[in-house]
Amino acid sequence: MNRYSIFSLLRNAVNYHQDWQRAWRSPDPKRAYDVVIVGGGGHGLATAYYLASECGIRNVAVVEKGWLGGGNTGRNTTIVRSNYLYDESAGIYEHALKLWEGLSQELNYNVMFSPRGLLHLAHNVHDMQEIGRRGSAIRLNGIDSEFVSPTQVKKMVPFINLDCRYPVMGALLQRRGGTARHDAVAWGYARSADALGVDIIQNCEVTGFRIENNTVTGVDTSRGMIGAEKVGCVVAGHCGVLAGMAGFRLPVESVPLQALVSEPVKPILDCVVMSGSVHAYISQSDKGELVIGAGSDLYNSYSQRGSFDIIEETVGPVVELYPIFSRMKMLRQWGGIVDVTVDRSPILGKTPVNNLFFNCGWGTGGFKATPGSGNVFAHSIARGEIHPIAEPFSIDRFNTGALIDEGAAAAVAH
Amino acid sequence: MTQIHRLPRGGRINRDTPLQFRYDNREYQGYEGDTLASALLANGVHLVGRSFKYHRPRGIYSAGSEEPNALVQLESGAHTEPNRRATEVELYDGLCAASQNCWPSVKFDLGAVSSGVSRLLPAGFYYKTFMWPASFWMTYEKFIRKAAGLGRSPEEIDPDHYDKLHAHCDVLVVGAGPAGLQAALSAGRSGARVILADEKPEFGGSLLSDPAVLGGRPAAEWVDAVVAELGDLPEVTLLTRTTVTGYYDYNFLVANERVSEHLGPRNRGGQPKERLWKIRARQVVLATGAIERPLVFADNDRPGIMLAGALRTYINRFAVLPGRRVGVLTNNDSAYLAALEAADAGADVEVIDVRKDPDGALVAKARDAGIGIRQDSTVAGVRYRGGRIRAAAVMKLSDSGSDVRGRRDTVHCDLLAVSGGWNPTVHLFSQGKGKLRYLEDQHCFVPGARSANNPGHEAGACKAAWTLPACLARGAEAGAAAARDAGFGGVVAADSPAVDEVPEGGMRPLWILPTDHPVGRGPGKHFHELHNDSTVADIALAAREGFVSVEHLKRYTTTGMGTDQGKTSNLNALSVMADIRGLPVPEVGVTTFRPPFTPLTFGAIVGHDRRELFLQKRKTPMHPWHETNGAMFEDVGDWKRPYYFPLPGESMHDAVQRECRAARTAVGMLDASTLGKIDIRGKDALRLLNMVYTNAWDTLRPGRCRYGLMLNEHGMVFDDGVTTCLGEHHYHMTTTTGGAARVMNWLEEWLQTEWPSWEVYCTSVTEQWAVATLTGPGARDLLSSLCDRPLDDDAFPFMSMQAFPVAGIPARVFRISFTGDIAFEINVRARHGLALWETLIDAGKKHALCPYGTETMHVLRAEKGFIIAGQDTDGTVTPMDLGMDWIVSKKKGDFLGRRSHARTDTAREGRKQLVGLLTEDPVFVLPEGTHVVEPLRDSPPMNMLGHVTSSYMSPNVGRSIAMALIKDGFNRKGETLSVSLMDGGSHRVTVTDPVFLS
Amino acid sequence: MLLIDCPWCGPRDQTEFHPHGEAHIVRPGDPDSLSQEEWGDYVFFRTNPKGIHYERWVHAHGCRRWFNVMRDTVTDHIHATYKPGEPKPALPSTRPDDEKPGS
Repeated sequence: MNRYSIFSLLRNAVNYHQDWQRAWRSPDPKRAYDVVIVGGGGHGLATAYYLASECGIRNVAVVEKGWLGGGNTGRNTTIVRSNYLYDESAGIYEHALKLWEGLSQELNYNVMFSPRGLLHLAHNVHDMQEIGRRGSAIRLNGIDSEFVSPTQVKKMVPFINLDCRYPVMGALLQRRGGTARHDAVAWGYARSADALGVDIIQNCEVTGFRIENNTVTGVDTSRGMIGAEKVGCVVAGHCGVLAGMAGFRLPVESVPLQALVSEPVKPILDCVVMSGSVHAYISQSDKGELVIGAGSDLYNSYSQRGSFDIIEETVGPVVELYPIFSRMKMLRQWGGIVDVTVDRSPILGKTPVNNLFFNCGWGTGGFKATPGSGNVFAHSIARGEIHPIAEPFSIDRFNTGALIDEGAAAAVAH
Repeated sequence: MTQIHRLPRGGRINRDTPLQFRYDNREYQGYEGDTLASALLANGVHLVGRSFKYHRPRGIYSAGSEEPNALVQLESGAHTEPNRRATEVELYDGLCAASQNCWPSVKFDLGAVSSGVSRLLPAGFYYKTFMWPASFWMTYEKFIRKAAGLGRSPEEIDPDHYDKLHAHCDVLVVGAGPAGLQAALSAGRSGARVILADEKPEFGGSLLSDPAVLGGRPAAEWVDAVVAELGDLPEVTLLTRTTVTGYYDYNFLVANERVSEHLGPRNRGGQPKERLWKIRARQVVLATGAIERPLVFADNDRPGIMLAGALRTYINRFAVLPGRRVGVLTNNDSAYLAALEAADAGADVEVIDVRKDPDGALVAKARDAGIGIRQDSTVAGVRYRGGRIRAAAVMKLSDSGSDVRGRRDTVHCDLLAVSGGWNPTVHLFSQGKGKLRYLEDQHCFVPGARSANNPGHEAGACKAAWTLPACLARGAEAGAAAARDAGFGGVVAADSPAVDEVPEGGMRPLWILPTDHPVGRGPGKHFHELHNDSTVADIALAAREGFVSVEHLKRYTTTGMGTDQGKTSNLNALSVMADIRGLPVPEVGVTTFRPPFTPLTFGAIVGHDRRELFLQKRKTPMHPWHETNGAMFEDVGDWKRPYYFPLPGESMHDAVQRECRAARTAVGMLDASTLGKIDIRGKDALRLLNMVYTNAWDTLRPGRCRYGLMLNEHGMVFDDGVTTCLGEHHYHMTTTTGGAARVMNWLEEWLQTEWPSWEVYCTSVTEQWAVATLTGPGARDLLSSLCDRPLDDDAFPFMSMQAFPVAGIPARVFRISFTGDIAFEINVRARHGLALWETLIDAGKKHALCPYGTETMHVLRAEKGFIIAGQDTDGTVTPMDLGMDWIVSKKKGDFLGRRSHARTDTAREGRKQLVGLLTEDPVFVLPEGTHVVEPLRDSPPMNMLGHVTSSYMSPNVGRSIAMALIKDGFNRKGETLSVSLMDGGSHRVTVTDPVFLS
Repeated sequence: MLLIDCPWCGPRDQTEFHPHGEAHIVRPGDPDSLSQEEWGDYVFFRTNPKGIHYERWVHAHGCRRWFNVMRDTVTDHIHATYKPGEPKPALPSTRPDDEKPGS
């Protein structure tokens, strides 16, 4: 693997960049692997990387039906944070955040993780109670969390309209939260996993599972059967389809989620600002675009498109909260498919089929978890025992009732 | 001297109306009908901006919405807009614009140092560096952010307003060029309801830039006649300055009309700046035309280089000849029209044609006109100085076209018009989920199969009809077919006017024009994408590093990600990648076109739904009294509820303490109108209650009330309230304020989808009733003074309802209580609400009546240990967790959520349970949300047992009180635990029963 | 933006409606007889098909009636709408997006 640095860049510049290697190989699938990871998004590639780097399993393939990072990895609003209410969520998202903090160096690939600070606004008494509870829980889980006053919010975002329809009463600040470059995460993990021997196979669609005695033995793909000791499925937007192939159902529904960016402008918004009550999630990218998370439609769809009224319902609150953006322009809107569970928490663990593991259901918030999710999933697959951080996210919780209901806790009064 | 490049005659400008404008602090003059770009060119200004990454000087490249370069900051202050395309901005008197992304000026830009070190900045360079030392990224990033970003965001409140409307039509025609006009005419004559939309200020499309003759008259006259006829058709709506930006499912299209932008910010005359049309059409005819394809050669980005079609537009439409010596570089015949028209306008013209032996009719015509033609040649570089090009270096091509040969000739030119052929404008078609098809012989993508959701037709250049007669005929057919498909019989296609057809020769598909050094390895840069400074070398690097999928290519090189969305660059990028990989173009792929076609103003998306109209404020009938009497309000859902009623100089704390005391010692009065109310009737109403509440309802007699908890199927509490039997099969249900709509939907969902045979009718009557609640020891006396009936416990027992007039107003009075004291909830018709309230206030003076708000309501109920659903519950709490087993019937059989209580986690011991907490220091009020920990440590992390759900200073208990959900809470009563506070401090608390006042 | 043919009101804009998940899930008549897994399946597990989906919608800003929609989740094409209690319409023989050539 070419090492990336300012020196390698200088060296290659001399030769007009003719000598850069492929970021990852394009191998033909072998007949069998120790582990096959289905899904070449951030989570899948991270899983493969940690299998190879931390678990000593290098005979690994990642099969991806399209192109790497083409699903939600490349379609989200790139927010990274770990300010969750429940211990279980804090566990996995904080594990991820700690990995984010050293990820560029670990992968030798600049994923541009920028802890620029993340504000979560409170607009009514109920919101204040909610951030009060969550802020306290985050702090007691050993994660950074501060309450800030409207005045402090105004200092961080001078053009915010504190006196909007639901006046800003306060905010929860996570200084270590921020954004990262989404594509780079997939590419960085792919490059490092490849260097450790992982075969990354694009344009290879899984069409079925080989299951004998309720134990998975391989996957059928558009490029033939690939044998596997163990299979890990990490497919946002299609987990239900794969589960169907393996003969079981998931408590997941796939719905469209949209996002949009404005035209690029010079830096004006430094931190990430999220508001639940005046539904607006906004940050400014390094290119200068305002990156705005829209809502999800509530109907199932795999079309990667959403409805225009969602865009209207997204831009309205943005202009209410930031009136100066009224003359900004929407440059691009797009949709992804998010797999939503009823408690808005992921499913990560074993399935009814032996040696077949699923990591799915991340809903609207999977990007931030990428390193942590991949890491604990890799360890779970390698050991055949679910990593303690992942344990609460078992599929069985939907039978026992042990939900991790971040949604219910945060959104009751709306 | 002004307008030195303006031609003495011609054009669709109004020379009688000269307009003054400022650009980069210099005064210029143009004419009505100009765009900012045409006016600048008329004044000899080519250099208008700096590029995104390398800060290279850039000029005006096109004449339309595809413009990648000429982005300006329009106006200043509150009216400013970044990144406006000078080619689209119509000139108005006093217009003021400035170049962007440069400092201190567009001519001398310090950011251009990045151009000097451009070899260090290939595609994706940032992924490879800025990683050391790790802590420095935020510093690096600060500079990266500053360097990017183009224009500046407005920083003041938008003074303009925007309109938004829905429209429905039989046929929407997008684009009013020859094909679109013919389509609209054919459809319109059939009587169909037609909307014709075009992004330009006048209809005609390419005909406005074309001296063609149609049916024996100039094109413009033909256009005028067609537009006049369309204008007379009653069902036809004509929209100029209207860009159809988005094509969504089921023929739902979004169009943006720039209503008054062209009048300038000071002359809008009260009109909205823009208007968003949300159009639902039975049929959509796309006649969106084509966008010219640039040629990629060394330093093809210099000011003074523009598309050949744009040159035609500037000459014919705006009467501007932007250069005196014009070079034309082409791979096809269409650019010869530009050469001929430029020569006609007085320019010295020389054509550089990459084809070996061009032989079309237009080529012959150019030769006849004495225009020099260098065939089998290319431009190998340009000389640039002082804001525009001065000359082009021309060389012969090798046989394959991949190298140059011979010597470098200099062609002196101050303008270089280029044409690489034309790409159908398929963006909307693709947005509408149509599948694109690659035409091998034409080297372009065209519409293929439509989505079944989006019926319609395409016509004209957007479907690769390249000649005017073809556009006219296909347009007429498409319009007729659309009307027919929309249900209009007997439609005939409009006749096409006679046009001289000039047959065109073929093109030579060379996508990378060589120079005398290998592409990407010398001083000259080959830009396939001008907006984001992406070069052929970048694509080669992407291919080398394995970013070969079209989406990877796009993301790695940022091709097509600029404000122009790659309108001129996408196909060149694909073709270059195809060349490098040795694949046919369609196998490289095509990127997804996403809305909007051109950027869409946030304000237009919002329309009038802003400020006061952003979201409704719901107010109770008593609201005017609350306002005049100084209430502070709380947002509860969309309602404005009185939070507390401070006396002059009183703090919230003081006000709430006073209100609490008054309600327990005299009479308190609450505006409870916001509570959800549902009228339930029908012979199966009782069955419904038994299914949606946890307790049994069979014994509830008319006139009696009962409290109920509602669960979802997970078994968790989601709402509560009192329901009253009004008569046989007739009930009045109340819900929480925030839960009213949810409960109503919940009942309907079950009734309509699971129990459709049950006879139950639910009607939301929340807003039909105004409610004043009297509570406290004086409540009965006060109410007695306003009615003529006994109110003692025997005559009017607790948990019952009676209907009688209160102060002469017909009322339903409920003797129920959320304070634990005797209370009467007086419900009257909403229109009497204010009168009732004011009467009670007056009559209450004798009884020391005190109106109180929601905060006091919260304290009073907490004193008695009553829960608030949504505050003491959060969707994870069962009735048992609340210590309310008593309300869960064991006998009545099934009800919603019941089975879930038997699940292992829901039935287990030690769940979080609702308890009371008393602080060690009785005046210390725990912040709500604070967690109880065990054990307490010096610093986090700490094991959390649960959190404080409600916490108040209670004057009636004489100390602070709190409720909390903590693990195994019921078994901890009597224990002393610790809470850990945000500031790092801690406090001791004793676990108690949550009833503080008995 | 879907155009939904309300069985009572006719075709209306999607914004008038709310979707409410999979249709034809019958509430168990005797929940106590169900195992925890069977009950969990009823409460939380859905078909989530990539293809034809039978789902419930309510004409929330119209007649407030509930009804069922047969929609392809890949193309978002609505094949049919029908009243609660009516049987599922038959599956279409071909996918709609492959049918119609451009014109």
